[in-house]
Amino acid sequence: MSIETKKLKFKVFRFNKDTDYLPHYDTFEMNVTKDELILDVMNRIKWEHDGTFTYRRSCRHGICGSCAVKVNTKPTLACKDRVFDLVDLYGEELVIEPQDIKRAYKDMVIDKENFWNKYNSVQPYLVADIDEFPTEENIVTVEEAELIDEADYCIACGSCFYACPAVSVNDEYVGPMALTKAWRFNADVRDTATDSRLDSLQQLGSGIWDCVKCNECAEACPKELDPIGKITKLHLQTFERENNLKNVAVRHAVGFKWSIQKHGILDEGELVRYSEGNIGVMKHIPEAIAMFKRGKIVMPWNMPKSKNLDEIKKLVEITSTAKY
Amino acid sequence: MEKLKYALYTGCTARESTPELLKSTMAIADKLGIELVLLDEASCCGASHLQDFDDMLSLVLNARNICYAEKLGLDMVTICNTCQLNTALTKDRLDNDPELKAKVNEKLAEVGLEYKGTATVKHFLYALQDDYGYDKIAEQVTNPISDINVASFYGCHNIRPSHLQNKTNGGENPYKPVSLDNLVVALGGNAVEYESKNKCCGFHVELQNPTTANRLSGTAMLDAIDQNADVMVTPCPLCHLRMDVQQHGISKEIGREVNIPVLHLPQMVGIALGLDPKDLGLHHNVVQSGLDL
Repeated sequence: MSIETKKLKFKVFRFNKDTDYLPHYDTFEMNVTKDELILDVMNRIKWEHDGTFTYRRSCRHGICGSCAVKVNTKPTLACKDRVFDLVDLYGEELVIEPQDIKRAYKDMVIDKENFWNKYNSVQPYLVADIDEFPTEENIVTVEEAELIDEADYCIACGSCFYACPAVSVNDEYVGPMALTKAWRFNADVRDTATDSRLDSLQQLGSGIWDCVKCNECAEACPKELDPIGKITKLHLQTFERENNLKNVAVRHAVGFKWSIQKHGILDEGELVRYSEGNIGVMKHIPEAIAMFKRGKIVMPWNMPKSKNLDEIKKLVEITSTAKY
Repeated sequence: MEKLKYALYTGCTARESTPELLKSTMAIADKLGIELVLLDEASCCGASHLQDFDDMLSLVLNARNICYAEKLGLDMVTICNTCQLNTALTKDRLDNDPELKAKVNEKLAEVGLEYKGTATVKHFLYALQDDYGYDKIAEQVTNPISDINVASFYGCHNIRPSHLQNKTNGGENPYKPVSLDNLVVALGGNAVEYESKNKCCGFHVELQNPTTANRLSGTAMLDAIDQNADVMVTPCPLCHLRMDVQQHGISKEIGREVNIPVLHLPQMVGIALGLDPKDLGLHHNVVQSGLDL
């Protein structure tokens, strides 16, 4: 029986912070069989081609999260993704790079200090008064456990964090992994720090309102945990617990309901005014003028409304439970 | 081929700040012989922001929009990536959760509607690609856009999350999308290869964090410019608002002049089909192309 084999080229990022001024790429050609993983390829590069090639690895079972890299820009847990599947996507030359080139220390090994600092900042542990000598079981029901929505399956591989564009341009933003962890404990019925976590997570610049909603994290997560879904749950939780700062982002979210109720479709200009306030809205005047000149601003008296608006108003009335 | 007919969910921006998107969509549909029935009853999709405030309300409103396509017995097409995401997300959740669907239908029954799940929801780009066919569009090109380099900017909400979007986007790979580039080629243009084509424009944090928004769109636009793009094209009006209207703020933030015209997808198709620039609303674009289109 012959085993299906492909001759492939691997272009691999090489850099040593201690000796190199700039990184370079080495190309390795090898025959790969259909069940080999990216981790197998990295092992073979080290064992058969260049013993100095450096990368993190440990469990080989998708649990430890150490071997996360990027292949042709796609966040990849090396011990999970099959080489042939990546060839189907990208052809017979695969580019293997660390999660964040800018933070490369040696080859695939990057400095993850920023990642762990963000993680540590969200109280990623259970805060609860534990009775040391309980007289009965402390039972969490299945339904209560389901609220966590698998957020406890996060293996801290960093795939989402180093795929997040908001993280890449905003040093303060805690990012999708820390927020997934925050949800894991905020959804835990035993936890008593939910409100204090929400207080810090809704600060503008660093918290939930700085997610750009690109879904890169959902795409990147090797455990398919949908980090952006957890960020949305944190947003909703601030309203459920009536624990909101009155900032522009909060008013922006609320403004949609207010505008839909009035017109069905959005009143874009009014939404900006509602979100920013009468003074804050002034800073948008230059772009508003540019838009007006091009016929991009609808005047209040011409504001279109959805047909059957009464239906929309009724649905808002009988459905909406969120408070602000 | 039987004439294609869809229910068009325009979204809000196409009726307000990007009127050129609706104009050019209707113009090319007419030219290509695709019938689009406007869903005038539809409300805003919530734009991923109502979803942060009131989940059930956003489901009910999006389900209602789909109901109107179902009532016409038509599939729905969208012309805004964010409308596409929120409508498709709603459909996916309701179609896979009978209990949730029943809850939503309980509300809809109060206004005499029922969500059934019979209509598909896809972005117009993919209707052109998968239902109409680029080869058939190429046959009708009278004004090939061959002298210009076009950088396709895909916009997040058409390509991610792929498990959701792949149901209607022809299996587009979010890390290596090709649909727009292939369309550029079908229209006779030069498709610019650049890394940022699948990146985020930052629109959704424009109010609370303009710095992030400007850095993200600026990085992508400079990437396109540095790869010799003459013009960018996008299927998303929110990306368009960001990249067409905000070039001044973007340039200021990233310290380099960003000056590049950005077209809506149907504007580009319309130009190649030889349609009148007025019918494509080119005069509404803030950055005028200055190209001999």
